[in-house]
Amino acid sequence: MATTQSQGKRRRSAPAPAKNGSDGSPNSKAQKAQGTALDANALVALYEKMVGIRLFEDAAQRGFRQGKVGGYMHVYSGQEAVATGFLDAYCEGDYVITAYRDHAHVLLLGSDPKVVMAELYGKGTGLVQGKGGSMHLFDVDRGFYGGYGIVGGHIPLGVGMAFGQAYRKTGGITQLYLGDGAIHNGAFHEAANLSGLWGRDGLNPCLFILENNQYGMGTSVERATAQTDLGKKFESYAIEHTKVDGMDVEAVLKVAHDAADRVRETGKPFAVEALTYRIMPHGAADFLEKYRTKEEVKKWRERDPIGLLEKRLEDEGIEESRITEIRADARARMDEAVKFAEESPAPDLAELLTDVYADDVAVRAAG
Amino acid sequence: MPVITYRDALRSAMAEEMERDERVVLLGEDIGVYGGTHLVTNGLIDQFGPRRVIDTPIAENGFTGAAIGMAMAGMRPIVEMMTWNFSFQAADQIIQNAAKLRYFSGGQVSAPIVIRGPNGGGVQLSAQHTHSLEGFYGHFPGLKVVSPSTPEDVKGMMLAAIRDPDPVIFLEAGALYGAKGEVPDGDYTVEFGKARVARAGSDVTLIGYGRQVPVLLRIAETLGDDNIDAEVIDLRSIRPFDGDMIVESVRKTHRAVVVQEQWRWFSVASEVAAIIQERAFDELDAPVVRVSGAEAPAPYARNLEVAAFPSEKQIIDATRRVLYLEV
Repeated sequence: MATTQSQGKRRRSAPAPAKNGSDGSPNSKAQKAQGTALDANALVALYEKMVGIRLFEDAAQRGFRQGKVGGYMHVYSGQEAVATGFLDAYCEGDYVITAYRDHAHVLLLGSDPKVVMAELYGKGTGLVQGKGGSMHLFDVDRGFYGGYGIVGGHIPLGVGMAFGQAYRKTGGITQLYLGDGAIHNGAFHEAANLSGLWGRDGLNPCLFILENNQYGMGTSVERATAQTDLGKKFESYAIEHTKVDGMDVEAVLKVAHDAADRVRETGKPFAVEALTYRIMPHGAADFLEKYRTKEEVKKWRERDPIGLLEKRLEDEGIEESRITEIRADARARMDEAVKFAEESPAPDLAELLTDVYADDVAVRAAG
Repeated sequence: MPVITYRDALRSAMAEEMERDERVVLLGEDIGVYGGTHLVTNGLIDQFGPRRVIDTPIAENGFTGAAIGMAMAGMRPIVEMMTWNFSFQAADQIIQNAAKLRYFSGGQVSAPIVIRGPNGGGVQLSAQHTHSLEGFYGHFPGLKVVSPSTPEDVKGMMLAAIRDPDPVIFLEAGALYGAKGEVPDGDYTVEFGKARVARAGSDVTLIGYGRQVPVLLRIAETLGDDNIDAEVIDLRSIRPFDGDMIVESVRKTHRAVVVQEQWRWFSVASEVAAIIQERAFDELDAPVVRVSGAEAPAPYARNLEVAAFPSEKQIIDATRRVLYLEV
């Protein structure tokens, strides 16, 4: 698979890229900095990722409707350009943390869709052995630190992880994703204040990625705050910020690399607000959607990030057959993931009391 | 062995471990420049600098959560709650993140963090500043909860807490910060989940922890005047819990009184009583009695506050009751 990664450090989830753009696939940093458009191969690679996420989410929703996926589940459909763009700037040693709409992030970091799907199905072969489910995906070998279910609650963790990176001089940064709904939570404000404060001494390489999908569950930004320019919330804490069109993966990718480089170089936090839209309901069990109109959803579907990218590919002269082939490949992979999940065994009952503590305290307490 | 205060023992444990392990940092309100509200961290900022002794804004959720994140990133943070009363602000971080990370990540992530500070009341701080939270935090699987009562234990248990791979709720007996005791030199740890016989006896078992322990020892002496030989057990650790030692003691004395400052409902004493009846029912010669705080928010007025906590008389009366002696 081609990759657009071009930093000095490399992603571990993708094959190592060439050092420059000479083979046509990786895009050089300079090229991005100058705002040069990505080449066709790079665009195809992004398309493969985004289609993979969309089809994974479609399959997950089918599983949910069939009662095979339990609990809560929140799909990323419509927002693919955001994580795809930002995680292109991921380097080995970086940390990534987000809330409960987390399938895309872990897939982009290279987790096997089979294992992620098995987690959704509550199987022992799942990413966290069936102990977390959709909201608590973790793959720390790939830099993914969860997967949290309490709105705002993970934000202080991300700020602390970034402190740890600076304190231990690892050279890594933390990509901290949050939704527009979380920005009104006290945990955000306490953590952002610490991030700005510690960043003053170069001790907080934290990249805040505000995924503004315009609704905190069913409450629109306008109904949740009088300061609807959400980037301004960061200004109180002396955190610089910018905005990006979160439906345009090329735009996101460019901003992401610039922002990640800046955070890595300065040890200071930086925030990017990506304006996006979830085309599916908030949670897989929410169908009524009384809080928004069909017309609005339709309007945003016209700016579906995958649709926009298809137009770009068309402009680049990519044949429709190639698109069809990519979709078919992705579908086959997701079918395989579902099959694996369905056929996997449930966790062993003995696992109920493991991983509560490092030792067997929990087992002793229960016995 | 040198004789030092509970406060100094605590400080020396942290300072010694910070010398040994650069991953250890302190965070909290006014722990650095100010010297610590209770002087536990006094002087440490001069020794280790502001990068390792981190004064925070008054934002418990933020800095506790950040400390958990530091632990996830390979550090060993120690968070001071100026008092445990403020920890409700951070309860989401402690309960929803620290306690459960290892579990819901399938063992991939842990939060080796110590959260410490004074617990309990007794100095007229009234309702919002008086809580004993061992039962509250002890409720949650994933947390370890300890409550040392002597300078020797507080040092050995702090060293154990810092090195523990899981989050530790370290409930200090604030009323005992100035209490002195012998403390061994150098590096030693006190294992969690092991209670301590603070005084051996044969007639009745008095069970407590934290600041109740010296009270129970005093009472045991008083009871001795009436030829009652009381055994005093210092629980030390609430979770994990040493059921074996309790049961062993009750097998010997056949009677138990459990004393705590906290409210009785859903409390540590209730759990201790339940364990005794489950594991030593046939050994009991009298029902287990719990002596607890009054079921009201902590009052301000001195006389009301005194009445709100277990008194020596209440404990002596309870002891005589389980011995079927006149009260």
